[in-house]
Amino acid sequence: MNDLDIRKAVKEELNNIAPEIDLAAIDPAGDLREALDIDSMDFLNFISAIHHRLGVDIPELDYPKLVTLDGAVAYIAARLGSIRK
Amino acid sequence: MAEFRMPSLGADMEAGTLVEWLVKPGDRVKRGDIVAVVETQKGAIEIEIFEAGKIEQILVGLNTNVPVGTPLARIQTEREEAAGTVATAPSPAAPVALSAAPPSILAPVAPPSPPAPPPAAVARRRVSPAARRLAGAQGIDLSIVTASGPAGAIIYADVERRLGGAVADAEKKRAPGLDLDAMRTAIAAAMARSKREIPHYYLEHQVDVTVSEQWLTQKNAVRPPDERLLIGALMVRSVALAARRFPAFNGFYRDGKFEPSRAVHVGVAIAIRGGGLAAPALHDADQIQLDELMTRMRDLVQRTRAGRIRSSEISDPTITVTSLGERGVETLYGIIYPPQVAILGFGKVVRRPWVIDGAIGPRSIVTMTLSADHRVSDGHAGALFLAEIGMLLQEPDKL
Amino acid sequence: MIQPATTEITYRDAMREAIRDAMRRDDRVFLMGEDVGHYGGCYGVSKGLLAEFGAERIRDTPLSESGFTGAGIGAAMAGMRPIVELMTVNFSLLALDQILNTAATLRHMSGNQFGVPLVIRMATGAGRQLAAQHSHSLEGWYAHIPGIKVLAPATVEDARGMLWTALQDPDPVLIFENVMLYNMTGTVAADAVPVDIARAAVRRAGRDISLITYGGSLWKTLEAAAVLAGENIHAEVIDLRSLRPLDDATIMASIARTRRAVIVDEGWRSGSLSAEIGMRIVEQAFWELDAPIGRVCSAEVPIPYARHLENAAIPQVPGIVATAKAVLGRA
Repeated sequence: MNDLDIRKAVKEELNNIAPEIDLAAIDPAGDLREALDIDSMDFLNFISAIHHRLGVDIPELDYPKLVTLDGAVAYIAARLGSIRK
Repeated sequence: MAEFRMPSLGADMEAGTLVEWLVKPGDRVKRGDIVAVVETQKGAIEIEIFEAGKIEQILVGLNTNVPVGTPLARIQTEREEAAGTVATAPSPAAPVALSAAPPSILAPVAPPSPPAPPPAAVARRRVSPAARRLAGAQGIDLSIVTASGPAGAIIYADVERRLGGAVADAEKKRAPGLDLDAMRTAIAAAMARSKREIPHYYLEHQVDVTVSEQWLTQKNAVRPPDERLLIGALMVRSVALAARRFPAFNGFYRDGKFEPSRAVHVGVAIAIRGGGLAAPALHDADQIQLDELMTRMRDLVQRTRAGRIRSSEISDPTITVTSLGERGVETLYGIIYPPQVAILGFGKVVRRPWVIDGAIGPRSIVTMTLSADHRVSDGHAGALFLAEIGMLLQEPDKL
Repeated sequence: MIQPATTEITYRDAMREAIRDAMRRDDRVFLMGEDVGHYGGCYGVSKGLLAEFGAERIRDTPLSESGFTGAGIGAAMAGMRPIVELMTVNFSLLALDQILNTAATLRHMSGNQFGVPLVIRMATGAGRQLAAQHSHSLEGWYAHIPGIKVLAPATVEDARGMLWTALQDPDPVLIFENVMLYNMTGTVAADAVPVDIARAAVRRAGRDISLITYGGSLWKTLEAAAVLAGENIHAEVIDLRSLRPLDDATIMASIARTRRAVIVDEGWRSGSLSAEIGMRIVEQAFWELDAPIGRVCSAEVPIPYARHLENAAIPQVPGIVATAKAVLGRA
């Protein structure tokens, strides 16, 4: 799974949470919680969805690393890489 | 023979539109089964049944707007079945009049004047056939369409206008049960009534939740995401337990008197992107364990944002909790949702210098507020109630 | 491109041209009725035809509508193509037995052995101060009868073109000529051709309301539509042309566009053609409607002699405008 696949997966899961937001229009380096108007419950659902879909269990301590789209993709890519090794 | 009627999903609800039947004649139902979906100002609501038995006859077709109390289906109850009672078919009670509508359809114009139409036995919302067909086909709730036709009738163009709004970009992708304009109308009605009728008093209390946060961090560190807890669950649980001990804040004020509720159904205020708000009930929040409560809260939030709230969740809350979350502000003062008598507000958790054991240190502080109905309780009781919630919130192990 | 030559003629002249044309084309065609020969017809339609075609084919009859209508039926059954003129629809009631019990039923009664290819023309309508025995609009009654066709040419073109098509029909056709139309002028192609007698015509397109009418009321309705346009109400005007059979498809298609209808019918309201049209709309286009259907009909009185009373008794432009606006909720 490359970065593009991960980005696609992340976007799809975010879209499930906030279907009315146009993800193409958001700043990939901006705060998702602001851009998507998501709260802690939405964010937890997003983390759950990533866990189910990609098998990456993201601890609470790492949540801050996933608050941007770019950050989330990079973080998941790194975690998937380490799993493979 | 029992009748399943259009439920009242709030004091401001006059009518609902039946948009989906989930049962058909001959189906067996039991108490709590979801049997129909009704479109109201609050969105699409799944309606539960409170009789066990067999669906005898469906009385109201799809996309029909009927007043609260209108029989929707007839049910042969289990008792009748056991007794072998032959189902008699009483004619359904006439729907109650929604409003007194003017009797004339057309002003007399050309001589001779057209004979006046017979006085309507039942005054009801006037919807032209064309408008009704378009609304049905497009799933538009007629109760939220502004009428511009003769004699106050909703006409085709009115539904088209509504449809135009409904297919605006953001709306297009929104869950079908959510209509933010309608929801705004419902909020406006409820909040205006609250501020008009309920003498609110407000209390504020700050609580150190450092320990609870640490407790949550420890718990969540070893749990998969599906089982993790949020501090919001602790807040709801604390309020539920305290409400059981302070009945003056849990129940309904109706017809000039307070009716305390034995059960504690905590309404959870849920913001909906784009400007909506709903506060459906977490049933028996005082009776269930924290993990269960968290699971149900997640389900409730997801369903609410997807426009699938159940009827009992809409009508049952006995007290409400509102929290603006981590991106919110420190303090909020809630407006009571009538006919409830109290609402608890939680601000965001902030790091603050705090005196503890004679020394100043950084702690996580949350500001809680209580808005309560002064017809039912006084500040003294409110202060004890709020303090109790604060105590509970600091002892997560006991929740 | 060469424009086809047109001539401006009156409705009366167009009808005469239609008769003349038919007589020339088919020697089985002849005209008979009261005063159609030497007098030239009570409304002057057949003036000059006696000289042109002779007394064999332009036949003055005794004052016996039943008698000469029956003779026309017999001639039609025997292979001729008669045109019978009845002075007015009021007098046609004397021939109603022939029309209903004989002409309309013979194909059925004879097991399809005989048809009655007969055309009966008659004047209808009020407005000429001819009082209550010459001014009624009873074409709606005839539209009730299976076995015949009922036409109401409202334009010069239809006056010129409908007769030949009617003569080709194997069954009786009644043509109703509104008395107020005879002096109306219009243009027709110099080489005018027969027109269909099956379809209604949209005489003015509009999106807000359908005004359904026929015959003499067409022009009042068009005038009303012009008034409504001044108030930004765009009315569609349908000229039925054929009252039996009714062209339901054109009516319903219009209703589907406008979702509102007013029927303008010079007949009396109760049990009228307007009632039939309204009911068909309810049967076929109920779900297209945005408002109750409106009607403008004649007052339910014998048509008065006095001009102001006569005018007040029949549909007029202000009443059509007011009814349309009421249906639109703009009254």
